[in-house]
Amino acid sequence: MTPSNPTYQYVGKSVLRNEGRNKVTGRAVYVDDIATPGALYAKTIRSTVACGRIKDIQFGPGIPWDEFTVVDVRDIPHNVVELIKADQPVLCDGVVRHREEPILLIAHPDKGMVENAAREIKITYEVEPAILEIGPGAVQTEYLIVEGDVDAAFASSDIVFEETYQTGSQEHVYIEPNGFIAEWQGDRIVLHGSLQCPYYVVKAVKMCFGIEEKQVEVIQETTGGGFGGKEEFPNVVALHAALLAKKSGKPVRLIYDRQEDMACSTKRHPSVSRVKIGVSRDGVLKALDFDFQIDAGAYVTLSPVVLSRGVLHAGGCYRWPAARIRGRSFTTNSPPYGAFRGFGAPQSLFATECAINAVADRLGMDPAEFRRKNFLHKGDKMPTGQVLDVEPNLDAMLDRVIAMSGWAEKRASMKKGSGRGVGLATILHGTGFTGSGEVYLQSRVALAGRADGKVDILVGSTEIGQGTETIFRQIAAEALRLPMEQVEFHKIRTSAVPNSGPTVASRTCSVVGRLVQRAAEQMFEKLDGKSVAEYVKANGSLRTETQFEPRPGLKWDDATYKGSAYGAYSWMCNVAEVQVDPVTATPKVETIFATVDIGTLINPTLAYGQVEGGVAQAVGWATSEKVTLRDGVMANCQMTNYIIPTSVDAPDIQLEFMPTPDPFGAFGAKGVGEMPMDGPAPAVTAAIGHAINKTISAIPATPEDLIS
Amino acid sequence: MTTNITFQLNGREKTVQAHPMARLLDVLRQDCSLTGTKEGCGEGECGACTVIIDGRAVMSCMVPVCQVHGSKVESIEGLESMGADGQTCLHLIQEAFIKCGGAQCGICTPGMIMAAVAYLRQPESAPGGVAEALEGNLCRCTGYTRIFESVKTAIDRMKTGANQSR
Amino acid sequence: MRTNLADYECLTPGSVREALEQRATGRKLIPIAGGTDVMVWMNDGHLGKVGKVYQSLHALAGEWRYVKTDTEGNLRIGALATYSDVRHHEDVKKNYPMLVHSAQVTGAIQIQNRGTLAGNIANGSPAADTVPALMVYDAKLRLVNASGERVVELSEFFTGYRANVLKEEELISEIILPKPRFAADQQYYRKVGTREAQAISKVVFAGANDGKGNVRMAWGSVAPITLRSKKTEDAVAAGAAADDAWAILQTEITPIDDIRSTRDYRLKVSQRILADFLGKVHQ
Ligand code: FES
Ligand code: FES
Repeated sequence: MTPSNPTYQYVGKSVLRNEGRNKVTGRAVYVDDIATPGALYAKTIRSTVACGRIKDIQFGPGIPWDEFTVVDVRDIPHNVVELIKADQPVLCDGVVRHREEPILLIAHPDKGMVENAAREIKITYEVEPAILEIGPGAVQTEYLIVEGDVDAAFASSDIVFEETYQTGSQEHVYIEPNGFIAEWQGDRIVLHGSLQCPYYVVKAVKMCFGIEEKQVEVIQETTGGGFGGKEEFPNVVALHAALLAKKSGKPVRLIYDRQEDMACSTKRHPSVSRVKIGVSRDGVLKALDFDFQIDAGAYVTLSPVVLSRGVLHAGGCYRWPAARIRGRSFTTNSPPYGAFRGFGAPQSLFATECAINAVADRLGMDPAEFRRKNFLHKGDKMPTGQVLDVEPNLDAMLDRVIAMSGWAEKRASMKKGSGRGVGLATILHGTGFTGSGEVYLQSRVALAGRADGKVDILVGSTEIGQGTETIFRQIAAEALRLPMEQVEFHKIRTSAVPNSGPTVASRTCSVVGRLVQRAAEQMFEKLDGKSVAEYVKANGSLRTETQFEPRPGLKWDDATYKGSAYGAYSWMCNVAEVQVDPVTATPKVETIFATVDIGTLINPTLAYGQVEGGVAQAVGWATSEKVTLRDGVMANCQMTNYIIPTSVDAPDIQLEFMPTPDPFGAFGAKGVGEMPMDGPAPAVTAAIGHAINKTISAIPATPEDLIS
Repeated sequence: MTTNITFQLNGREKTVQAHPMARLLDVLRQDCSLTGTKEGCGEGECGACTVIIDGRAVMSCMVPVCQVHGSKVESIEGLESMGADGQTCLHLIQEAFIKCGGAQCGICTPGMIMAAVAYLRQPESAPGGVAEALEGNLCRCTGYTRIFESVKTAIDRMKTGANQSR
Repeated sequence: MRTNLADYECLTPGSVREALEQRATGRKLIPIAGGTDVMVWMNDGHLGKVGKVYQSLHALAGEWRYVKTDTEGNLRIGALATYSDVRHHEDVKKNYPMLVHSAQVTGAIQIQNRGTLAGNIANGSPAADTVPALMVYDAKLRLVNASGERVVELSEFFTGYRANVLKEEELISEIILPKPRFAADQQYYRKVGTREAQAISKVVFAGANDGKGNVRMAWGSVAPITLRSKKTEDAVAAGAAADDAWAILQTEITPIDDIRSTRDYRLKVSQRILADFLGKVHQ
């Protein structure tokens, strides 16, 4: 059951999705649906080696090259994709650092001709040895967190457990591939795209072309899924489209097909975690030593932040008297890995949870009881030194998920190795950007009254399926005490909406929603009983704006990596029930039971949808979604060969929300979208391990791995 | 080489001039300006391009347009009907998807709905039930729970006669 | 879509006679039945490797789209019958359960509504899900050209990876299944796919054993072609135990590592399927 505050008109209600009607009728316009008479079709020519130098480029015979627009590295004003570090070129600068690296861009009015031409461009390379795994390459970023006397704590532990865990990459498989349409209108570029972060694109285009921000207009079209895959990667697509449009003087469509999208776009960082745990005989955790390593790929992109979130979640939801957590990202010759739902946390939490289950096993304790002894409570210190200022309520959540799932009876009745098993994982997920990140972002939102009496919500936070438009309208209408029909979500074009920060990190509902709530409260006061139409008529305009303000008492030090990493945490307890086929060793995840604390549910239907979708992705990551790398690049880059769950494969998902609201989130909301990615994988591997009486320390746990 | 191909599209006769092997998907989206049918893979795997041909759900990226000559093709745009008041009226499955949260990012939705419609009209086409009927439609957002609920809601409403399925 | 359609030609004959006459001219024509293979190659930009001129057989449906039992009790599946036509047909449901099962696990319903069994055979993928079942039912193929026809055993149709005995001027016109020889509980079908639906098989097996010396076993995805393991069949018919049968089977199958699975996995699963089959069906 979902509690909702009876005094609210909209918050806590399953208000229908704002753009739902357009989506079910096929009227919603995605970027590839926009007609562009006279436009050119574009294609990216990419490297076929992982490491080396370009020796020669030949434009083959039989193609009317004079009809083509061809962009090479010399056409780029400033050859950098602007992000954290200016190391990634827009087009390869002669040195190839990964396969599928863009080298040339071509465009022509006839799409078929583009395909033929692409086949006739022959590039030769001086091939150099590539680094394709974690370890031998350069360390890109490193973090170290130490709390307490770790060595002494291990020395005083009765049992010291050590194991290494691995997680594979994962492809987003948003069903709509990446795409942009670019057109220069004089010295101004207009970009229509499928994306999560409009202002990231603005910044990248501005820097590359050396132009003013007001010369860049980014318009988000209906976006067919993101999951992090359309956080930073669209910058590259937008730049390529803009370059071709500049050179040709025509509108350019650069819409990826599935194979190209899968082969060249960012994916989840593969990881290796060495975990060492010290524990007393009666099951009290004493010490953690965690060495977290990720493959960053060839360029930095967002890897430092992914690494950071992985490190900050490595301690899980447990009390550690002493902890040492080290994180390193390594440069390799794979295409850069990037943002993906959970952003490093699923990787480190997989290792933590597997290790906790293994230690419970070693102690002969029920993993639920072992957890109960070690859960974080209010007043406890986390490895960063952050002291929890609210009670996480984990005991109650654990009790409930155990009751829901029939944990005790199932564990008793399903013998180890019987082909059936249950597994447990309990996790936390920090809301919003890390520590100083939100302060640095300085997100802004605005509300504007219109003469017709309606109010526009002006944000750069995108709707990518998670429900931004709907929940923001609920939040604003609630705070304005207006009927929802009078509150509209303004289409995202960067000339019209302020920068409310990227649509990532589970920050939209809680953090940006809070800004919307405050702007609405300010507008309510400003109106002082007048109607919006009256006010606009009398004063000419009505507008309120809010900007992010850090919550009081929150301190974070980037230099020492100490302080309050996140303002609020969401929590989730997961039980997986699994069956493993005795003939084929294929695991079937039958049910995921979970109790979930995401604070206030602004819209229950949308909240359920977010958690269920995340759980299904996590189960895929744990079992079937194997990115087969050859030369560092995804070789199985078709939907036929990269196996995401179908309607028949997806588990039954049983959820119960147990909210502890965050006073600083919108109407008490905390982060939602990413957390469901964290817990199911270790719960599933524990269940598989139980079913076949084997320890699983790597995912995906495919039948090929399980059969031996 | 192009040729004239005539078929019934959402109840109206339509003639297009196209290469015989052009994908029905492209003909719908480009020649007919019906962009509700989506392309998610082009390889017959995701189902986003699902339309109904002669009563059966098919993937329009797998159909060379010459093969619909003389056929009845229905796309998502043909589902709405005109109500007595002159307003367009959603099919009950469309209403159910809105109500139950069956659409998130929406890119799989038109194809999902067309597959569901084919199933509602001919439940015997998928003896395994809703999950089997939708096994050819990948959704990455929902985990399918709310999609199943949408279809079941539509079935219940059909049974209680709240609306007529066409 | 990675193909420039302007480079390709497509004929659209309106009758079987017209289609066969077009084929008799000596041109290489790639037939398109349901299109579910050709359209994938087209999307991937691989048409050039297959052929320049295509021939859509769709308009032959009036003549060739049927599933029926003839007066001698043979089941006849016309070349344009789809997976759906087959799996929902009453005679098939009654007499050929493995055919229902294998059609139902081929692609998704949308593919089953378009794809044809004959097309799947002609394409020659060793991973085809229905072919092992058809082989166990002793299927024959009727091959026709403008001047005549011949009938070949399905188990002798394939000559190598995606190679077969079909001549350029021929088309498969129908699949013929003799009267059912095995009772339902004497049959065993198993597809091991990459997931539960919409999967390409990693190993696929159909087997039957009447306990009176009639044994059929056919395997997909473990060799360049779908094959009957005839030596193993003989051994099983003579009463071989699972271990001995496995030793023989290993001389007949040659699985490889590919993008979907490994040789090792395919071998282990084949061994377990063999044991499961022998244990469940008429020891
Ligand atoms: S686009 Fe046709 S099945 Fe994916
Ligand atoms: S709603 Fe996004 S893919 Fe289904």
